[in-house]
Amino acid sequence: MSLDFEKEAADIETKIGEFRAKNPEPTGALVKELNRLELERAEKLKAIYSNLTPWQTVQVARHPERPLIRDFIKGICSEFIELHGDRLYGDDHGMIGGFAMIDDHRVMLIGQQKGKDLDEKIKCNFGQACPEGYRKALRLMKLAEKFHIPVVTFIDTPGAFPGRDAEERGQAEAIARNLLEMSALKTPVVVVITGEGGSGGAIGIGVGDIVLMLSNAVYSVISPEGCASILWRDGTKASEAANALKITSKSLLQLKIIDEIIPEPVGGAHRDYAGTMKTTKKTILKHLHGLEKISAKKLTARRFEKFAAMGRFKQV
Amino acid sequence: MGWFTKTKETAAKPESPKKEDIWIQCPSCKAHIYKEEWEKNLKVCDRCNFHERLTWKERVDILLDPGSFVELNPKVSWNDPLTFSDAKGPYAAKAAETCEKTGMKESVVTCAGKIKGIKISMAVMDFRFLGGSLASGTGEKILQAAMYAVKHKLPYIIISASGGARMHEGIVSLMQMPKTCAALAQLRDANLPYISIMTDPTTGGVSASFAMVGDIHIAEPRSLIGFAGRRVIEETIKQKLPDDFQTAEYLVDHGFVDLIIHRKDMKDMLFKILKYAGCR
Repeated sequence: MSLDFEKEAADIETKIGEFRAKNPEPTGALVKELNRLELERAEKLKAIYSNLTPWQTVQVARHPERPLIRDFIKGICSEFIELHGDRLYGDDHGMIGGFAMIDDHRVMLIGQQKGKDLDEKIKCNFGQACPEGYRKALRLMKLAEKFHIPVVTFIDTPGAFPGRDAEERGQAEAIARNLLEMSALKTPVVVVITGEGGSGGAIGIGVGDIVLMLSNAVYSVISPEGCASILWRDGTKASEAANALKITSKSLLQLKIIDEIIPEPVGGAHRDYAGTMKTTKKTILKHLHGLEKISAKKLTARRFEKFAAMGRFKQV
Repeated sequence: MGWFTKTKETAAKPESPKKEDIWIQCPSCKAHIYKEEWEKNLKVCDRCNFHERLTWKERVDILLDPGSFVELNPKVSWNDPLTFSDAKGPYAAKAAETCEKTGMKESVVTCAGKIKGIKISMAVMDFRFLGGSLASGTGEKILQAAMYAVKHKLPYIIISASGGARMHEGIVSLMQMPKTCAALAQLRDANLPYISIMTDPTTGGVSASFAMVGDIHIAEPRSLIGFAGRRVIEETIKQKLPDDFQTAEYLVDHGFVDLIIHRKDMKDMLFKILKYAGCR
């Protein structure tokens, strides 16, 4: 599936497809022609992706073929032992977690699951976790603290679930509790925003010593559509709202909200899973190596300082 | 000659006072109430128990011992980290206008003070300032007041009145949620009491951060308290929600608020709880 702003690259892709169908085993000049088309396509994609508007970046971050948490687990971890339940209410499929091996590092891996097909999406509530999801995440983080293994979270959610049951079971309290506990967790926390960083639902597992972000992911206090309908009184002004909200990885690095951008392959993560996994894994490992050397006491003090320093205010 | 005009003027002066000057109408039950009575009753309707929103100053006057108020970090004010502008114009203009109108510099006032002799640190939000929204300056003041409590070994009280994070400061606003909670973790580690008072409204990013992690949760009657907005929820689940959904009373029933306290009894209750918490 191609996005509307990718049309020029998609047209070349169609051409390549037709060419291959016509010439299943190209030789000589035909190979040359095929290579020329491939190069043209790559250059076009590069040109498009180096100039994405914030609203186009939102489309990429929400791309139906974008790698989801299970893809990252498959691509990065040699082992994953999924653990279930919050011990209080149930097991939220919108938030998964468990023991994982990344190279020779034992970690607790936690993150939102959006689901691939419709059945799975419904089961996962489209990656919108409920209080039991946040409480499961917290339970696993406390376990990681006890076992002295680092926590790695993967953020990809439109937001915490806005439902009646979720409210009644304390969605606000569950997120708030996580913020407080994560800020003082005595083990390293690496956060990776892989797709959509949707507001409170994202920060609920997002208080990290290191916060990484894939280059085409977005992270925002409110969805551009939601912001547009409130401040523009017009939900179709999402593109304007996306500009104003500064939600891209570049803007967030400038604002010092994130620590590092994980560059995606040309044309976005959905075009090259293997490439995406390789860079993501490398970047996580680099930071795990660094963080594991720091004492728990120093780590929590540093994390506190980091979040305490967030914000820009005036003294008048 | 002038006397004629003059007399006319004086004669016109003692016109009957405007109705609004003498009485007001309860915004909830529409009952007419003498203004004097309304003010004396701390802006609570004595017929239906409706609690009107208060300014930070009114709250301080109700809760703190006279003369004990000392403002903390009075200089901290809003900023515009994103140079944000929406359909109605720049955020900076809106914020400046709000400052002018309210005499405040941010959506919260923090202070040290005394409740029946017990020294406390306190943060009071004010809905008049951009819907009491949580932004950089708000987060900073709430954090600093918590750190003041830690430094001086005082109990901490936050009175919330907020629609949530301030969109105009985007992601920087969102970061005030972990920031304030990180400060409260310091307070917890120092074993100091934290009482969260939720007033109308306490929603969004404020309910999902400092307001919901108190040792004790107190709410004013019928306050709106919740994470997501009613309309968003109804649209998501395609169901009509009960009338009392997300009210303080509803939250008590579901286990997220300890006590609902009438405004006139708030100071006494805080004193009692602080005593149980070992404060002097």
